[in-house]
Amino acid sequence: MSGGALFVAVFLACAVEAVEATTIVLAAGTTRNWRSALFGVGAGLGVLAVIVAALGPALSAVPLRSLRLVVGGLLLVFGLQWLRKAILRASGHKALHDEAQIYLDEVAAAREASTERRGAVPDWYAFTLSFKGVVLEGLEVAFIALTFGSNQHDIPLAALAAVTAVLVIVAAGAAVRAPLARVPENTMKFVVGVMLTSFGAFWGAEGAGARWPGNDAALLAMVPSFALFGLALTAWLRRTGDSKSGPSPAVTEVVS
Amino acid sequence: MTGRLKAFGAFWYDFVVGDDWRVALGVVLALAVTYGISQTSVPAWWLVPSAVAVLLPFSLWRAVHRSRG
Repeated sequence: MSGGALFVAVFLACAVEAVEATTIVLAAGTTRNWRSALFGVGAGLGVLAVIVAALGPALSAVPLRSLRLVVGGLLLVFGLQWLRKAILRASGHKALHDEAQIYLDEVAAAREASTERRGAVPDWYAFTLSFKGVVLEGLEVAFIALTFGSNQHDIPLAALAAVTAVLVIVAAGAAVRAPLARVPENTMKFVVGVMLTSFGAFWGAEGAGARWPGNDAALLAMVPSFALFGLALTAWLRRTGDSKSGPSPAVTEVVS
Repeated sequence: MTGRLKAFGAFWYDFVVGDDWRVALGVVLALAVTYGISQTSVPAWWLVPSAVAVLLPFSLWRAVHRSRG
């Protein structure tokens, strides 16, 4: 796999989750207390850093074939989950991930919660809301970045892609001071789903002992094949009709 | 304590297995069969992509029919 594909896969996966985490932190900061929300972000990033620091060396110590079998299998399951959600949303069978609505829901819940000071944290609710948002959204991305990086022996590039995505999304969120509702989240989720499914299938099968025709070049056929397959399934589900939300703008988002 | 353990288990189940356990089971089976075939002289690379071609539409079909039902 080229460094470019590694960078794109990790960058997009990280950007999607960063958009969701930014929405939660914005809700906690604007309605409750920015200091507590930022403490929560710091603590969440700290937990993720500890997980990455512990898992990174452990992964590099595992024999490559076993690593590819286990990691490939997990990435394949993740990829199929991401693709499944993106296709259901694009075909109108599942509501689109609406950052503006999620933000309003979080704001409404935050306004009703009581304020409690704990230690140096002025507002425990804002702290835990941000902390959970960062850890839960970041855990899957940390795993994707680590496993892609370790399989390609280039964890620094994967880490660079992850950090770049977070910085871009945080800068955009700080600039607009509102949830990033215009980010084409579903399209990004679809692309990441295709990448995870392709690389998961490739590494998983290789780890299980299969030999790919053309070796790494097999990925050049798998990525577009799975993308076309996903688009065909989206079109098929649209035609089955009777969707929950009717024709979805996300269909054009994915297809374009 | 029991509630926290359950929540912890539920989090990891959701993280690893996700919305449809049949997909996760299908992936594990596909990799196991791939291993079995790779021990013979028959090529085994085609099995996992074929599993994807079956599991994804099957899972989507179930999700759509469940949401209608």
